[in-house]
Amino acid sequence: MELTAEERAMLDGAEGAAVQRALAYQVEVGRFFGATRMVPITNAHMMGDIEVLGDAGLGFLQEMQRAGAKARIPLTTNARCIDFAWAERLGQDPAECAKERQVIAALQGMAVMTTDTCINYQTLYQPHLGERVAWGDTGTCIYANSVFGARTNFESGPAALAAAITGRTPDYGFQRDEHRRGGFIVDIGGATLGDLADWGALGKLVGEGHQSYTAVPVFTGFRRTPLADELKQLGCALASYGSMGMFHFVGLTPEAPTLEAAFHGAVPPGVERMAVDDAAIAAVYAGYDLGAGDAKLVVFSGPQLSLFELRDLARLFAGRQVARGTSVFVTSSNGVLSAARKLGYLAPLEAAGVCVLEGVCFYILQNLSQMREREGWRNMVSNSAKIVNIIGAHRFRTILRRTADCVEIACTGRLA
Amino acid sequence: MTALITLARGFGPVVEGEAIVSEEGFSPRYDLDRWSGVITKPGHRLEGLSIKDRICFFPTAKGGIAAGWAFFDIQAKGIAPRAFCFGVTNPVMVQGAVLAGIPITEGWSPDPRTVLRTGDWVRVDPGRLVVELLRRAG
Repeated sequence: MELTAEERAMLDGAEGAAVQRALAYQVEVGRFFGATRMVPITNAHMMGDIEVLGDAGLGFLQEMQRAGAKARIPLTTNARCIDFAWAERLGQDPAECAKERQVIAALQGMAVMTTDTCINYQTLYQPHLGERVAWGDTGTCIYANSVFGARTNFESGPAALAAAITGRTPDYGFQRDEHRRGGFIVDIGGATLGDLADWGALGKLVGEGHQSYTAVPVFTGFRRTPLADELKQLGCALASYGSMGMFHFVGLTPEAPTLEAAFHGAVPPGVERMAVDDAAIAAVYAGYDLGAGDAKLVVFSGPQLSLFELRDLARLFAGRQVARGTSVFVTSSNGVLSAARKLGYLAPLEAAGVCVLEGVCFYILQNLSQMREREGWRNMVSNSAKIVNIIGAHRFRTILRRTADCVEIACTGRLA
Repeated sequence: MTALITLARGFGPVVEGEAIVSEEGFSPRYDLDRWSGVITKPGHRLEGLSIKDRICFFPTAKGGIAAGWAFFDIQAKGIAPRAFCFGVTNPVMVQGAVLAGIPITEGWSPDPRTVLRTGDWVRVDPGRLVVELLRRAG
């Protein structure tokens, strides 16, 4: 890799042990992918909570802090595994809660902004076309690349932290033009996509059949303007089911004003084309095993909800009650929930018996497997295709349903 | 020793171990119980199998930023595999493996599913970009 004089000095320890270690790590990762240089970045976003870090990860963060690590650009944090206000009620482990506080202290000691949200792209920072960032949580990456036209690879916790410590990232993958070219066409002219869950189902259909980080779908044919929350669900599902980091949406995303632009020139002859219509979406919903049909757990999370989603959910739950024996969880960020409280969107949810958690995502909750066993949860119903996919290791049977159907299931205790 | 499989990219030292050859992709977050090292996702084709000390051949990587920390975590817990060989991977797997010091490779020819079986004893050399067969499963 060709490093600048400044970068060589960093590798030699001129800026301290933490910078030296962070850059050496980045160079190793860059070398794997054939990167020939580092590129400067303006913003980073990292995952780091005790559930995923474990004791070893916590030790690593504390070691980096002791070595003098500091984020030199804004570095925000993803959703974490504990909402301290709920930890006791959820039966989370007090020792892990104490460690989570140590994680937060170590991060803050490195000038990390512990914002605890996976929807930074809706609530914190919207990078512009061509802006280079280092974001982690796959949903944040695909949104940055696709909707903003910014540039990022999937940057996991240690990679985003290293990027913020050095202010750089290796130049590979979606940092480079050639990887941003469309790969196949998805015609959605026959799909209504009237609910957020439909967008997730679309992402599942496209992602499952093309599991590759470098596959870039190009959506065409849609007849209205999708909303940010709809693109959020689409992106999260593509990233989750397909490990994808970017999509184009012709006439909408900044690098795809035309179909040709999405392909960086003429559309290759013989390019793969697929179509997703209402029947295909309906088949997704029909495809879930309902097991014994229990409806004891309904989750609105993964990704966290926007203010608009909370308003819609408040309207659906207004004047209703969550069924006896059913638990309902909603998660969002401090910023969104503060605004939602001020605007009166949380009161109907709380009156209905919905648990509103702050700064977390349901699927990474500390002790989730134990919680599932204690509560006798078997089925998990959600309007998020992403969480339906990723919670599997906790042994849930998962079922995707449209938003209003989820509310109906929650309030009747019946899974139709 | 003749190379059974050639690889496209690699990181880490030479390792030997028992192969797990998967038809399905992998995520330490979606599929793995990170306290036991056993694949627990219901319906995963390797459900019930431990990856500890194995050399894991996965055709694809699934989702998951969490691998960045998860590999470091399972390495510290002593339940990590000896190497990950992916057909197609994503940066997170590489970032995680480099942090944890676990050898990782991407790209293969031929496809291990055509020449290897779970239980075969293999050597992975990420520097020379080869996989060698040391002995067949009994």
